[in-house]
Parts: sequence; structure tokens; C-alpha cells
Amino acid sequence: MLLGIGGRMAGEAGAEAVFVAIRNLSKHFGAFQALKDIHLDVKRGEFVSFLGPSGCGKTTLLRAIAGLDRQSGGTIAINGRDVSNAPPSERDFGIVFQSYALFPNLTIADNVGYGLVNQRRSKAEITARVAELLAMVGLSGQLTKYPAQLSGGQQQRVALARALATSPSLLLLDEPLSALDAQVRLRLREEIRDVQRRLGVTTFMVTHDQEEALSMAERIVVMNHGVIEQIGTPEEIYRNPATTFVAEFVGRISLLPGVAHGIDAVEMAGRRFLATRAAEIADGAAVEVGIRPEAIRVRGVTGSEPNALPVRITDLEFLGAFCRATLVAEGAPGLTLIADFSANLLRDLGLQQGAAITVDLPADALRVFPARASA
Amino acid sequence: MSGDARLRRPLIREQTVATLLVLALIIVLVLIIALPLWSLLSKSLQNASGGYVGLANFATYFATPSMVSALFNSLGVALMTTLLVVPLAFAYAYALTRSRMPAKGVFMGIALLPIFAPSLLGAISLIYLFGNQGVLKGLLFGHSIYGPIGIVFAEVCYCFPHAVMIIATGLRLADGRLYEVAEALGTKPTRVFFTITLPGVRYAAISAAFVVFTLVITDFGIPKVIGGQFTVLATDAYKQIVGQQNFEMGAVVGLILLVPAVLAFFVDRQIQKRQVALLSARAVAYEPKPAPMRDALLLAFSSVIGLVLVAMLGMAIWASFIRYWPYNLSLTLAHYNFGEFEPGGWEPYLTSLAMAGCVATFGTGLVFLGAYLVEKTKVPMPLRSLAHFLAMLPMAVPGLVLGLGYVFFINAKSSPFGWLYGTLAVLVINTIAHFYTVGHITATTALKQIDGEFEAVSASLKVPFWTTFRRVTVPISMPAILDIAVYMFVNALTTISAVVFLYGPSTKLASISIIHMDESGATAPAAAMATCIVLTAIGAKTLHVVLDRLVFSRLQVWRKR
Amino acid sequence: MKSKFLVGVGLCLAALIASAPIASAQTRTKVTAYTALENDQLQPFKAAIEAGVPDVEIVWVRDSTGVITARFLAEKDNPRADLVIGLVATSLLLFEKQNLLDEYKPKDSDKLRPGFRDTAGPYTWTGMDAILAVVCFNTVEAKKDSAAAPVSWEDLTKPAFKGKIVMPHPASSGTGYLQVAAWLQIMGEEKGWAFMDKLHENIAVYTHSGSAPCVQAAKGERMVGIGFDMRGAKEKTNGAPIDLIVPKEGVGWDLEATAVVKGSKNLEAARKVAEWSATKAANDLYGKYSAIVAHPDVKSAPPNYPADAEAKLVKNDFAWMANDRERILKEWVKRYEGKAAPK
Repeated sequence: MLLGIGGRMAGEAGAEAVFVAIRNLSKHFGAFQALKDIHLDVKRGEFVSFLGPSGCGKTTLLRAIAGLDRQSGGTIAINGRDVSNAPPSERDFGIVFQSYALFPNLTIADNVGYGLVNQRRSKAEITARVAELLAMVGLSGQLTKYPAQLSGGQQQRVALARALATSPSLLLLDEPLSALDAQVRLRLREEIRDVQRRLGVTTFMVTHDQEEALSMAERIVVMNHGVIEQIGTPEEIYRNPATTFVAEFVGRISLLPGVAHGIDAVEMAGRRFLATRAAEIADGAAVEVGIRPEAIRVRGVTGSEPNALPVRITDLEFLGAFCRATLVAEGAPGLTLIADFSANLLRDLGLQQGAAITVDLPADALRVFPARASA
Repeated sequence: MSGDARLRRPLIREQTVATLLVLALIIVLVLIIALPLWSLLSKSLQNASGGYVGLANFATYFATPSMVSALFNSLGVALMTTLLVVPLAFAYAYALTRSRMPAKGVFMGIALLPIFAPSLLGAISLIYLFGNQGVLKGLLFGHSIYGPIGIVFAEVCYCFPHAVMIIATGLRLADGRLYEVAEALGTKPTRVFFTITLPGVRYAAISAAFVVFTLVITDFGIPKVIGGQFTVLATDAYKQIVGQQNFEMGAVVGLILLVPAVLAFFVDRQIQKRQVALLSARAVAYEPKPAPMRDALLLAFSSVIGLVLVAMLGMAIWASFIRYWPYNLSLTLAHYNFGEFEPGGWEPYLTSLAMAGCVATFGTGLVFLGAYLVEKTKVPMPLRSLAHFLAMLPMAVPGLVLGLGYVFFINAKSSPFGWLYGTLAVLVINTIAHFYTVGHITATTALKQIDGEFEAVSASLKVPFWTTFRRVTVPISMPAILDIAVYMFVNALTTISAVVFLYGPSTKLASISIIHMDESGATAPAAAMATCIVLTAIGAKTLHVVLDRLVFSRLQVWRKR
Repeated sequence: MKSKFLVGVGLCLAALIASAPIASAQTRTKVTAYTALENDQLQPFKAAIEAGVPDVEIVWVRDSTGVITARFLAEKDNPRADLVIGLVATSLLLFEKQNLLDEYKPKDSDKLRPGFRDTAGPYTWTGMDAILAVVCFNTVEAKKDSAAAPVSWEDLTKPAFKGKIVMPHPASSGTGYLQVAAWLQIMGEEKGWAFMDKLHENIAVYTHSGSAPCVQAAKGERMVGIGFDMRGAKEKTNGAPIDLIVPKEGVGWDLEATAVVKGSKNLEAARKVAEWSATKAANDLYGKYSAIVAHPDVKSAPPNYPADAEAKLVKNDFAWMANDRERILKEWVKRYEGKAAPK
């Protein structure tokens, strides 16, 4: 176990039990409320991402879990133990920052072995462990270099190895990829995911990049203004956003004003569309109806579909593999939709700016939200 | 299993250690800075036997014409010096930053020379240059160098490096794009100067003006040596305390000296804030274009100033080797045989070295550790803010005033520190306190540049902060630490104003010995002692630069890519 | 790197500890002596005293007469000095009056000239030598201005000397005060002040110390210095183009004396030094630095010393000089200090 990289294998006993339990967590800086009443249960070995715009409280939440910034109220339990008031050194986590935070005056080996030295392990043990960790992140043979001699991606790998050196039960990643080039970012994304799966270490990652969250995390916690908007798998979050904020923040979506009608329909610009909605939205209530750009159908639309809508293409934005089209409903300029049309489709149907077409908004792709106060 | 063992609570939590350390820092700073100032304040409201008399001492002060005239003399001299230094320093700094004149490095070095000498060295040089037997006496057209003329001249040289450094920093912040735009619009150079250059450095110039004003009004060495019958606040304080043991009146003078310094401090803080806004807007560094006429003029100007500064240093050094000015100009080392003129012989010099060494060692340690605690620990903010405030306080307190505060604090009847009086320890402590702020700012700036997450990473790795402090923070900050140490060493060597009230029979410092030798007319030995100080200070700085260039670059391979 | 740092810290600690008064592991008793002796006298005096009183180590606190006097008085509740050596009798009388001196009579004191020892009240101080004020006159500078050498004090008020004269500040310098007191004694108060008013017009600067005037005159920085006699003689011996003039009306003088401080923590050692100070050996030492010495058998003839000086000493009333010191200084400060600086 000492040298084994897989300190805790996924699927070990108790994997289904709650490993990190956060209750009623709140934090304020003066009058500013950074976190409000956060509840979160995370299972052992899970990869959870905190996603949200800057200032949403995601980093505050991570630092509260680490014990770096103490919460104002509420509790945090790790592995059944209440650590709400424990200092960071008693919480057993490894952490990786956007800035790498590598010690510039220490070699790569010394950086990775930094936490091991303090555990009074033998020199040989430390050397072996450091070599093992660096091999894991693909940096064997860079032992004696200094951080400044490595590229950003390499430095972040060292930071990851250092964080994992003491086999912590929790791995905290604070925007780990934000400082890197796009290409490096993509590769490191996979590597981190891979290492995390292999070690089965429970991981929290803070990011503002939805793509990063969607591709890496098993579960995403979408946050805004210090509250959790939604918790779910990437697919749930994308397909079934709980709020207009989540819908808009994760992926593209068109949100159209409307009114709930009957039990299974909404009315927009005088037209009626079939759409299922949550029970708490009363008949006649103002709503916003969301649809993802790729869900809008064009091919084979006859006009007799219940949700068919004649539109005019007012703008076509070329984006390489596809075009993003702006569609305005005929006779209802308030209804503006964004649709993604593949190059094939454009060619097959001869679509051009200014063309009038009929599109179908499939009922199962329409998401109905209560109208926002400001909307 | 091992997981639980690793999570066991240590005996002492880091947080507790950090909090205790910050509390200890606050206690130390209160003891060495706040309480002495408080003693000064309360002393000024007491009579000789310690009874409270309200503002009676101040009333006496303002009712005594000779004292009030010293106040106006001080204000006049400080104002005059400021009006002279700021334009001169501006032109010099302009030459250093905005021209293509040759040997800029040499001129920068020359501008800094006065920093390495006790202020009164310049005054001694002036006596040799313009005194009644001075080589250039004719230039004064019958006026006497003893008095305001000499004071202002010597103060101008003494304050010059401070003003140049501040204004040059301001000039370096210029946005090159503004000049390109102006050129593209066909603006005349004079108009560019008045519409872009001058407004750009006005904050730096104001800041320099306040620094100079404070330096002059609180300087003691120059008026002591060359003031003649012209009394100023600083010499008045010395006379009240040392000459007449009139502590209450000394305290009053000290408080009056505090007023302009505190005023300057707060104005400067306001200006600094505005300067930041200016800084963030900058984009492109200004690159001076060749202009032979301008460069030649600036070179001529800088050469004249440089010559004066070198002469102010060199004249005293030369005079220290002359057998009997002005009647026997043969050279001799006799004036360096200090036993002839000074009961301690070379001892004051050695004491100064020991004092400066201790200040550099302990002061740098305290300042850096203190800045670290304030900047990097998780101790509750109010405590850290208080420590920071105390650390910034000495900036607003002239050395003379701090020294007076120490006299009162230590010698108070109820003081438990009476045994410190006259020891090397009190000189060291006082000097550390006197120069605390600049070291604190240097350390804080260096620490701010270090990744703020190092402590978080260490905590996550269960490495206590003091290990990271030792293994990472200190090695990374070594250049800043050396800067602070050299700054403290040089200033401890040259300082007079604070320690003149505190030295004891076995702890007389070189700078005080200079004053005493000059008082008894032994000007050449005074110059000789000053020469020893200057050479030591310049030697220390040179060693620092050489170490920094050679040894350090080798030790710190990690700084290079 | 680290070990060097530790060594540095160690050295500094050692230096600090060594400087702390309690920690000095000396077998000799450290005796703090307040003095206004000339700087160049201190090392020989220390050596001679420590040779004569082997178990004593002298620690000097040296400053001008006025400074030492003020400091001594300020510390009267908690005296830091054990001894006073080489301070003017005027100041010691002041201390005696305030009961700050130890009553102690060295054996040899009876052998000293009568005027050189404490005669009134309890015996506290023992005279060493006399210090005088003389006029140091730079002949080179005088020739440039074709100024005639002064023979009387009145001569110094002539316009030819305007801005050319320096004298010591009487509040800080013993020499300064003894001469001011002399003028008041030989001319009477009213005429004395009137004379000083006129002299003030010619004074360039009042120096802190009594030796500075003759040094400045010696270097030609000033033409005339009214200052400490022995300094003038020494400068002339060193080759300075000065004449030492004793004005015909007479010159001021005072005694330099020794006394033990009441409440000294090293009383025994201090008394031993006082004992030594009255010996012939001690007076032989004084003779090297002074023309007029307490012991009648010690004949001193310093080179270039004006021969007529002793004959022209004014008649001094020491009790008056001590008792009226504060009043005189106050009047002097009121008249001459803080006015626009004369050229």
C-alpha cells in the first residue's frame, strides 16, 4: 500500500457510501454572501466538478472543503469525520492550483517528495515513490530539473504528482487547466481523468469551462451567486437543465417567452406548441421555453407536425463544420431561434440567408422554465 | 490503518503557532515603536518632576523667541532645499531615463553616493571648500558658509539621491505610446514636455518634495556642523536634551518635528494610491530617441551635478589626509590615529561595525519574519492589520524623534528597561525600529510576488508553514533579504539623529564620535572617521552587488530557464 | 549558507552580551567617571589611574562642561557616575550645594596649594589644575587684514574684528563660562554686559566646546579665538601661526577638580581613585597638560605657553560663580542667543 499507486481502488468496500458530506454550508466576506446554504453528498471515488461563472462561489466552496478558508456556517464531514473546524493539515487532501504553485527553488524530485519528507520515510522509499509518481504523469528522467525549465503542461503534471504523493483520500483541482494552451489542455484533461480513475481518488475540480466539466466529471455541480443551481451527470445537466441559468451556461440554447397552456402545451407568439413541463408551473403562467440549436429539425419537415414553425433565416454564421443560423418566426419577430445546420444540410436543402423554411421543434426537446422575474 | 494515524492531531496546531507569533510580533513592535512615541507625547505634557501640565510646555515653547526662530529657520531651510532639490533631481533623473547620454550607470552610481555617508560629511566638505580658508571661498562673494547657505547646500546634496530615485521611478513609468501619438500629431517637443512628461511625473515630484522636506527638517548632522549660530529644530532638540537636560522641552521640539513628517507620510500615501492607477494604464516602455543636442546638454548638466556630489565626498576624504589645513598641505595618516582626538580611539568605529552588523542580522530577521507573518499566515485579519500598521509607523517618525522617545521610555522612573540605557542592545533595537518600514515594504513586496498558494500546498501535504518558510520562502526571497540587510547595515553605520541620545560610555558610535571631534575643533579627524564610515558602507554595498552578480547567480540556477 | 548565518547570529549575540554592563566578567571594578577633560587627555589619564589604582577600570563619559553638569544634575535621583574627574570647581560647588558629592578627604590633599582644595563645609572636591581662557590670535590672517594684535579685551570690540572672533558658548563650555564670569567680575555686572554686547557684534560664532575657538583660529578659519589656554599652546606647537595673548585686564580661570559621587555603587573604588588624584604622581600627570597645577612641587612649563598668564588671573569668587551660574547663563542666552546670526 505504501508504494502502490492505487491507494484506494474504485469499487472498494463502501464505495457507495457518502464520502464527503456538506451541510448548510455558508460563507460571507463582510456583507457579500459567497456561499448560501450548500448541501452536497459525494461518494468515494467520484469525480465532481464545480462549474459556474467567476464569482459564483465555486472556488470558495473548494477552499472551504480544503480548510484553507473557513466557512461561516454549516458542516463538512469527510469519511464520516466532522472536519468543519479542522485545519487543512488534518483533512488529508492533495491540491493542484491554476498557477501550479511549484516551489521554484526545489527540483522536480524535491517538489514531488515535499510532503513525503515530512512523513519520516526513508530516503530510498521517497526516491522510489517520487520516481513512480513521475512515471505516472509521464515525466520520468526530469528529476533534477527546476520548475522554470519545464513547460506549463509539464509543471502542472508535477503539481499533480506532488498532490498525489502522500496518497490523499481527496484530490482538489482549482482550475488546473486554465493557464495552459488549448492543445495541452485537451491532452492533460484526459491524463488527469485517467489518473483519477486508476487511483479511484475522490476528486473535486473547480472550473469555469463547461466543456472541461462535461468531459471530465462524473457529476457536475453548477453554481451561481453562491447557490447550487443543479447537481447532475454531464448528460443530465445538458439535456435537462433545471434552470434557465444552467441551460444558458452549459451549451447554447434559445430561450423564448411564452405562456403555459393546458396540461401539455405552451403558447408562443400566438402559436401553440406541445411541450411537457413541471407540475408546479400552473396553466396560464408566464414561461420561457428553451431549445438547443442542434435539436431543431429541418430535414423532412412537412409543416403538419404539431410543433412546426415557419421561419426566415436572417443570419448565417460560418463556423467550419457547421453554420449557426439565426431564425426568426414568420410574423412573430419576437421569436428568435439559434439553430446549428451541418454543411451537408445546407448543401442538400440549398439554404441561404433570407430563405424561408419550416422547422420542427420536437416536443421532447423543448424545456419549459418559469419565466424569470426580469424576463 | 495508516490513514487515521496520518490524520491525528499534532500537539500544537500551526494556527496556534502562527497566532502566537503574530501576537509576539505586535508586542515587539509596540515595545520598540509605539511605546517610545507614547512616552515622548506624555513627556511633552509633563513638568520636570513628572506632573501633568497640559500644554504648558508648548506655551513656553512658543513664548520663547529663540525657539520659535529655530522653528522658522527649520521651515525656511527645508522649503529652500526642497525648491532646489526637486528641479535639479528632476533634470538629473530626466537625463538618466529620457536621454541617450553615455555612462548612465556611472551617473546613477554617483547620484547615490551621499546615501553612503553620514549627512554631516557633506557639511565638513563644505567647510573645506567654502569655509574662511576654503579653496573656493571666493565663489560665495563674502557670504559665510556657516549658516543657512551652508545648511541648504549640504542638505541639497544629502537629499539628492532620494529625490532622484523617486522621480526616476516616476519617469520610467511613462507610456511610450503617448509620445508616439504626440509625434504622429506633429507636436513640438516643448509642448510634449509640458503636456505629457511633466504631468506624468507630478505625483513622483510631489512625493519627492515631501520626502526631501522631511529629511531636511529632521536632519541633525548638517546644521550641527555648519549651522554656526543658525539654530534649527533638530539642533535645538539636541541642545535641550543633551546640553541642558531639559527633557520636557526636548519632547516638545520632538513633537513639533513629528508634524511635518506625519503630514508628509499621509500625503505620500494618498499620492501612492493615485500613482497605482496611472501604472495600470501603462503599456509600452518609453525608448528615448537620439537627439544629440539634448543629450549633450543633459550630459553637461549631469557632469556638473556629478562633479559637485563627488567633490562633496572627496573633499572631506582628501582633507582627512592633510597635515595642517591650510598651512601645511602635506599628506599624513595622523588624523586616523583616533586615540589622539577621541578617548575610545578606533573603538567607536568597531562599535559602529558591531552595531550595524547586529542591526543587519537581527533587523533583517525580524523584518522579514514579521512581513511573512503579516502577508502569508491565516491569522485573523485585525491582528495582521495592526502589525502592518505598527510596521509602517516608523516611516512617519524622524530618527531624532524616535531616539527621544527611547530616552524617555527607557529612563522613565517606572520603566523596567532602565538597564538597557547606553547598551549596544538599545542602539541596535532603536536603529532596527528607525529603519523598519523600508525593510518591511521591501519584504512585503517580495513576498507578494511569491505564489500565494505555497502555504495551501504545504498544508495539504501536512508540512507545517515554518518548514516551507525555511525551505522555500527564505531561499526564494534571498535577494530581497540581502537588500534589506545591506540597507539596514548602511543606515546603521551612518545614522546619527536617533542614537545620539542613547549611546553609553562603552557604546559610542563612529557617527557620534565625528560630532564630538568636530565640536572640539578636530575637523580633520572627524573627516577621517567619516571617511572610514563611507568606505565601509560603499564596501558593503559593493560586496552585495558582487555577491549578487557572481555567487548568487550560480547558487540560484533555478531562477534561469 | 545556514551555518554562516548561525555564526553571524552567534557573534552578534556575543557582542550584545559583552556590551551589557552586568555580564562583564572583569575582576577589576568598573568606575564610571564623568569628565570634561580634553579628548587627548583621556587615554593617558585612564592608563595612569589604572596603573596607580590597579583594581579599577575607568570608563569615561566625556562631554563639554555644561553638558556634563546638566547631565549630572538630571541624574541626581539615580546617579550613573561614580566619580567626577576634571570638571570645573564651579560645577562641583553646585553639586556640593545640592548634597550630591561624597564627603571624602584624600590623605595627600593637605599638601596641595591652599586654593586648590575644598575649604568650606564638608570636604568633597580636590583640585587638579587651573584652566584659563586666552586669546589665540592668527598672525597670518591678521596680516591679510592688517589688523593689529589686541592687548586688551576692549581691543576686541574694534570694528576690525567684526565677524572674526569665536568664543565658546558659556552654557556648554567651562572655558566660555569662566571668561564670562571673569568679565563680570573685573568690569562689574553692568559694564561687563555692556562690553559683551559690543563684543557680540564681532563674534562669528559661539562654539560648543572651549577648545574649538583656538583650533579655528589656528587653522585660520577665524582670526581670533577666545578659548582654552592649553589647546592654544598645543596648536602653536603644532605649527599654527598664532600668538597666545593674555589681555591686560586679566583672564578668567577655573579649577579642574575631582570628587566622589554620593550614592556611587562602587564607592570604595571611587575613593581609591580620589585618593590617587591628590598624589604627586597624579599632579605630575596634570602638569603635562596644564600650566598651573595643584601640587606646589610640580612645576610645569608647557611649550609656547604665555609666561604672564598666571600673574594675570582675575580674582575669582567661586561661590558667586557657582551660585549665580544659572542666572548669568539665562541672561546671556537672552541677550545673545537666537538673534540673527552675525556674519
